[in-house]
Amino acid sequence: MQSMLPVLSLTIWLPILGGMAVLTSGDKPPSITKWLALIVSLLTFAVSLLLWTGFEPSAEMQFVERLPWIPPLGAEYYLGVDGISMPLILLTTFVTVFVIIAAWEVITYRPSYYLAAFLIMEGLMVGVFAALDALLFYVFWEAMLIPMFLIIGIWGGPNRVYATIKFFLYTFFGSVFMLVALIYLRLQADSFSILDFHNTFLGEQEQLLIFLAFLAAFAVKVPMWPVHTWLPDAHVEAPTGGSVILAAIMLKIGGYGFLRFSLPIAPDASAALDWLIILMSLVAVVYIGFVALVQQDMKKLIAYSSIAHMGFVTLGFFIAFGIFRKTQIDEGVTLGLAGGMVQMISHGFISGALFLCVGVLYDRLHSREIASYGGVIHTMPVFGGLLLFFAMANAGLPGTSGFVGEFMVILASFRAEPWYAVLAATTLILGAAYTLWMVKRVLFGPVANEAVANLQDANGRERFVLIVLALAVLVLGVWPDPLVTVMEPSIQDLADHIRVSKFAATPLTAAQF
Amino acid sequence: MDTLYLIIVLAPLFGALVAGFLGGKIGRSGAHGVSIFGVGISCVLSLYVLKRFIFDGQAVFNGTVYTWMVVEGVRFEIGFLIDRLTALMMSVVSFVSLMVHIYTIGYMADDEHNWPKESLAGRNSYQRFFAYISLFTFSMLMLVMSNNFLQLFFGWEAVGLVSYLLIGFWAARESAVFANLKAFLVNRVGDFGFILGIALVAMYFHSLDYQTVFAQAPALADVSVSIWGDQQWSLMTLIGVLLFVGAMGKSAQIPLHVWLPDSMEGPTPISALIHAATMVTAGIFMVARMSPLYELSETALSLVLVVGATTAFFMGLIGLVQNDIKRVIAYSTLSQLGYMVAALGVSAYAAGIFHLMTHAFFKALLFLAAGSVIIALHHDQNIRNMGGLRKYMPITWITFLIGTLALIGFPGFSGFFSKDAIIEAVQLSQISGAGYAWALLTAGVFITSLYSFRLYFLVFHGKERMDESTRHHLHETPPVVWVPLVLLAVPSVFIGWMSIEPLLFGDWFQKVIHVEPAHDVLGHLSEHYTGQLALIGHGLMAWPFWLALAGFGTAWWLYLREPRLAERVKEKLAWPVRILENKYGFDAFYQTVFAAGSRGIGQILWVAGDRVLIDGLAVNGSAHTLGWFARWMRGIQSGYLYHYAIAMILGLVGLLALFVTF
Repeated sequence: MQSMLPVLSLTIWLPILGGMAVLTSGDKPPSITKWLALIVSLLTFAVSLLLWTGFEPSAEMQFVERLPWIPPLGAEYYLGVDGISMPLILLTTFVTVFVIIAAWEVITYRPSYYLAAFLIMEGLMVGVFAALDALLFYVFWEAMLIPMFLIIGIWGGPNRVYATIKFFLYTFFGSVFMLVALIYLRLQADSFSILDFHNTFLGEQEQLLIFLAFLAAFAVKVPMWPVHTWLPDAHVEAPTGGSVILAAIMLKIGGYGFLRFSLPIAPDASAALDWLIILMSLVAVVYIGFVALVQQDMKKLIAYSSIAHMGFVTLGFFIAFGIFRKTQIDEGVTLGLAGGMVQMISHGFISGALFLCVGVLYDRLHSREIASYGGVIHTMPVFGGLLLFFAMANAGLPGTSGFVGEFMVILASFRAEPWYAVLAATTLILGAAYTLWMVKRVLFGPVANEAVANLQDANGRERFVLIVLALAVLVLGVWPDPLVTVMEPSIQDLADHIRVSKFAATPLTAAQF
Repeated sequence: MDTLYLIIVLAPLFGALVAGFLGGKIGRSGAHGVSIFGVGISCVLSLYVLKRFIFDGQAVFNGTVYTWMVVEGVRFEIGFLIDRLTALMMSVVSFVSLMVHIYTIGYMADDEHNWPKESLAGRNSYQRFFAYISLFTFSMLMLVMSNNFLQLFFGWEAVGLVSYLLIGFWAARESAVFANLKAFLVNRVGDFGFILGIALVAMYFHSLDYQTVFAQAPALADVSVSIWGDQQWSLMTLIGVLLFVGAMGKSAQIPLHVWLPDSMEGPTPISALIHAATMVTAGIFMVARMSPLYELSETALSLVLVVGATTAFFMGLIGLVQNDIKRVIAYSTLSQLGYMVAALGVSAYAAGIFHLMTHAFFKALLFLAAGSVIIALHHDQNIRNMGGLRKYMPITWITFLIGTLALIGFPGFSGFFSKDAIIEAVQLSQISGAGYAWALLTAGVFITSLYSFRLYFLVFHGKERMDESTRHHLHETPPVVWVPLVLLAVPSVFIGWMSIEPLLFGDWFQKVIHVEPAHDVLGHLSEHYTGQLALIGHGLMAWPFWLALAGFGTAWWLYLREPRLAERVKEKLAWPVRILENKYGFDAFYQTVFAAGSRGIGQILWVAGDRVLIDGLAVNGSAHTLGWFARWMRGIQSGYLYHYAIAMILGLVGLLALFVTF
């Protein structure tokens, strides 16, 4: 069933136009602005739900909208979603609602600008996931940086200028290469349609260069080791909402890029260079796990934890070729790809919630240092319980969403190479160590100081936000089937696609790898 | 039938949710009422299920509750496998849990004293405690009732979570929140192996369902896997070892045992329930459940045997030098878990489960009785401040004595039947390591008796060493505390006598536990079995009984008759005693190598890798290089006409030279 409404356009433009309205409303009175922003975000979420309810479980692009845009260039206004992008769009619209609520009393400096930036960014991020035209994708991709740049630059911490410049240059550096690749592909495919790119013949050399160009863009975004150092700095300086969006959604755009561009456009290069991605992913899991252990700043710790968790995503995506090579069959390929996807959605909830938790503490004591806290459970028991829940989810406790993706990727990676699974499974120990050690120092023990003794427990607004996210984490952990069912046809399709070499247009045999 | 099982698991969950989330509203009696009600339902229905297996020839139930996930056509499900092993475990778990629930009413009655006055977490801590132990019961039942590896892992980690919550229950105590983190992390080391084992099963069997996996196992017995280079490993050995690593964590076997003694920081009821009777035996249950896999690898079985026997003996020794009443019992638990694991190693799974059951009753009894002593002494746990308590607490005294006799395997008591069976099974076994294991397990009987009676004499006999005001207030604990003791004392005496025939020598575990004919030591034993009385008669003349008696005599001589002698012996043996007091150095080693080591690695990677190499050299370095280059370029663009003129002339000359030469 295709809806008569242009659902995707609505999900993109409603928050952007709404954001403009919020922007022009000024801050007089601020409460109107806030309610307006909240209503816009809720409406957007409601509209995006139509994507879920109207979605057919197939690999076809759905909710397609296709209009000419810049005819001389062949660029179109071409939107559509499949099982890979649709859940990510829902994640975006869902998380944005909570970012708006979380800002309620916290942002006092120009709340209208702040909220508008988030709404506009929401539209742009949905655009990134929905665009099927490469130029349109690129425009959304770059435009999305601007509100984030402003959010960190204006509402950020003391060292925000360094952090914003680093963030901007890092990501811009990556995207320039991607632009070159997109232009080249446009010339080869004679179209800007990403789906046409998928079926464009490409030689070995070209694929390698294109793959590396995409890698530069997506690896920075994910971020993968060793191009990850912008993330901790950006998180530390960003206001809570900025961190939440950054961790919950922006990082996923990198992972999405691998699925939408790198793998299907350059399957042979992906197969040839999979060792590189796997190496970077496993380094992320192990190396970053150790680094996270020694962080003194809660936000930095969670930022590093994000990098380690995203390592599972890229690992799950790129073990496919190892499985083909080793077992000649594709059992486990879909499991790995779907595991990476589930991990992205789950990480969106968990990391978002953890940053909100840090925000709750920061709003009270204006410190992110672990050492400033201790025994918080005695003054904030409800908050403490929620933080502990998210920490357990972050440590991959079964029954929470954090377990599902990790479990799937570990199972799948065993098929490619057992020691991938061995290294990946160290996260069971490392993830628990850095997360729960932080929890121990912040929540438990005797009340550390006067400031902690005077803390007020989470208020109704904070509780509401965290409880809804906790429910999402729980539901996804106890019953991931609906999500996996929605994704599976598209992922299966992708798995079939990447098995076909672009040189020979026949299924690859082991010898060809 | 399906709903019956659902009720059994969901009733405690319901109790936990109500007590946990509405605890403030329904108050203390509401909370303990609803959670005891929930666990009570589970207990009654579990016993009903057990009864149907015993008397009505109930068939095995294997069904799905819901589908967790389907990927690539592989179904990951949540479901129940109810056979005789499950029914037995369900009954033990829910019965002990019910006793502990009742007991907790008394034990936690004045819990507010354990919290700092202003702590908000201390309010409703009573209700929260009930919520946790009910949640534990739910998780443990899910674990034992599972019909697949996924749900097993769910339950496995869920009981770990509740254990974490309960060890650190008194969150203001540094030692408690250290112990719970340690417990969780050490268990995670075990789970690291466990999940890899599950991954291996999933890869080769294309299913995580027990029955599917077990049915295929013989066909895959000779498969080998290459892990590193060309080295070939037997698939079954690898699966067995990896799963056993998980069991080593959960059932606290050397070298992953270090968390269990520290877990005594938690309130005593959970030491009885979680860290003695049920959760720590999950590893034993798991290996018994996986017998169709373990039977296919003698290497894995040998490892299981050696680890178990080593734990049984060496952890028992540490029990000799402990002075905290709970820690003595904790080391005894470690040692007894070692006995069970050793039984698994010689394929005497039934004996392992049998000892698991008897131990669940008498060890829960010992812990709860110790808790009763602790209440009476106002939370002093040091046995050097006890003595002569039998006069003041007769019920606690008698029940504790019953527990002790069961523990040391006094002929006729439940522990006698199960422990003797293990030792005899090990003696008969041909598997490598059996000789070593037999020697350690037999010597362990002496050690068990020695530390048990040392504890018993120091607590209940001899000089009253507590201070005067404490002594003045000494009295027996209230009925909510001692009734569970009595109810646990009954099976501690009789359960062995009652169940040895069906469990060990009958057909109770037929088709549930699989034993290869070549490994069937219990089958051999049963040839000589002629009834419980004969067994007792035989026991009275066998090595273990005399060793236990010797342990009793030594303890009596050293700690009751000649207490000063004990001190002298301790001085003479200063060096070995120090080793025991340092617990063989495991804690110190782990603390410096693993805990401090990983922090060191983290620090090095962070500073050298992230800050110096990536950020310093690559990121900021390239920015600086660019800036330096730009400054240099700016210098060239001086704005003076003659500079530019010279540059143009030089360029022209250069180009000319180039054209002329080529």
